[in-house]
Amino acid sequence: MNALATSPDTTLSCRDVHKSFGQTPALRGADFSVEHGEIVAIMGPSGSGKSTLLHCLAGILVPDRGEVLFGDQRVDQLSEGRRSELRRRQFGFVFQFGQLVPELSAEENVALPLLLAGRRRPEAFAAARRWFAPLGLEGLEGRRSGELSGGESQRVALARGLVAEPQVLFADEPTGSLDSLTGEQVMDLLVDGARRQGTTVIIVTHEPRVAAYADREVVVRDGRVADPTADAASLAEVVLTGASR
Amino acid sequence: MSVSYALLGLLEQEPNHGYELKRQYDEYFGRDKPLPYGQVYSTLSRLVRDGCALAEGTAPGAGPERKLYAITGEGEAVLAAWLATPEAPEPHLQTVLAVKLILALLLRRPADAYLDAQRHAHLARMRALTAIRREASLVDALLADHAIFHLEADLRWIELTSARLGQLAKELNR
Repeated sequence: MNALATSPDTTLSCRDVHKSFGQTPALRGADFSVEHGEIVAIMGPSGSGKSTLLHCLAGILVPDRGEVLFGDQRVDQLSEGRRSELRRRQFGFVFQFGQLVPELSAEENVALPLLLAGRRRPEAFAAARRWFAPLGLEGLEGRRSGELSGGESQRVALARGLVAEPQVLFADEPTGSLDSLTGEQVMDLLVDGARRQGTTVIIVTHEPRVAAYADREVVVRDGRVADPTADAASLAEVVLTGASR
Repeated sequence: MSVSYALLGLLEQEPNHGYELKRQYDEYFGRDKPLPYGQVYSTLSRLVRDGCALAEGTAPGAGPERKLYAITGEGEAVLAAWLATPEAPEPHLQTVLAVKLILALLLRRPADAYLDAQRHAHLARMRALTAIRREASLVDALLADHAIFHLEADLRWIELTSARLGQLAKELNR
């Protein structure tokens, strides 16, 4: 039995997670949970630990202390190989600069997660091609990342993140390199795509307009997570009475 | 405010009666705050008095008020001048947000809790506007975007102030 108590709807959670880089602590007892199909924004100032939290939740980093739970699986106790398999099969990723593989075409980039998960090439490419029209990328299947605009690259990256119908999509500043209009288009497509297939989404962002697409936001400060939704009542009391937190 | 200019602009498109002008105003500008009939007719009367519009007969059909209004040459000039004049940027140096924060710090109350609550309230409103914008026509999206960008400015101020809270407290409680 895991020590981490979660509701049946919880997809991913962590408790009391600590992570330091050398002598510098990034997370100092972070608690977080997200329910199935929920879209949550992780906000916080630079250096607050929000990207480290995302990496711990996604099994990219292993916490020094604390628990990370995906379903009933302790992610923090898995071997590197098992975590890598978990990321390939259950998780999707979108990063700030798309991070497409430059040697591959847009279509090959989108098919990549399916190929890595062992799907047959014709099946993987057919699934990849289905994403191009809804994302407004028709005709760009054969282009390499250097031949795509920032917005196009990010939409290809989004297709790659969602093509394998992951349980959880992790997005780290997904519109950070885009202008306002293109950023909005990417967020519209991200939210629509995730909702359509029931994918849970965790977005790290410092942009309030991106956070406004989420069902709720949490704020990371000094390596800990504040959940303003849960804390609303006590916050009101604190503000009214002047009690210290 | 700009109600009289808005009505003048609608009249420049074509002569119209009060009911239709109100309908058009509400469609383009009045989603949150429809224009009361009384204000439509008092504004039209003022525009006629000032020589910017004239009442030019009656529209066909039944109804209480079918008087047709049209823009005059002077009205067109007034409208053109208004459109071409930039609005004075409002600096908002006395915002409630800043007053609350400074008081919280002076009274040694937990200003960080206040900022967290304010951020949450702003984001909740921004979330509602984002949902509206995603379903809206382009005209409504434009209005929602304007509100969203203003909320964003407040949120950026909240983030910056949050990062400077310790420094601010020191300066105020010296």
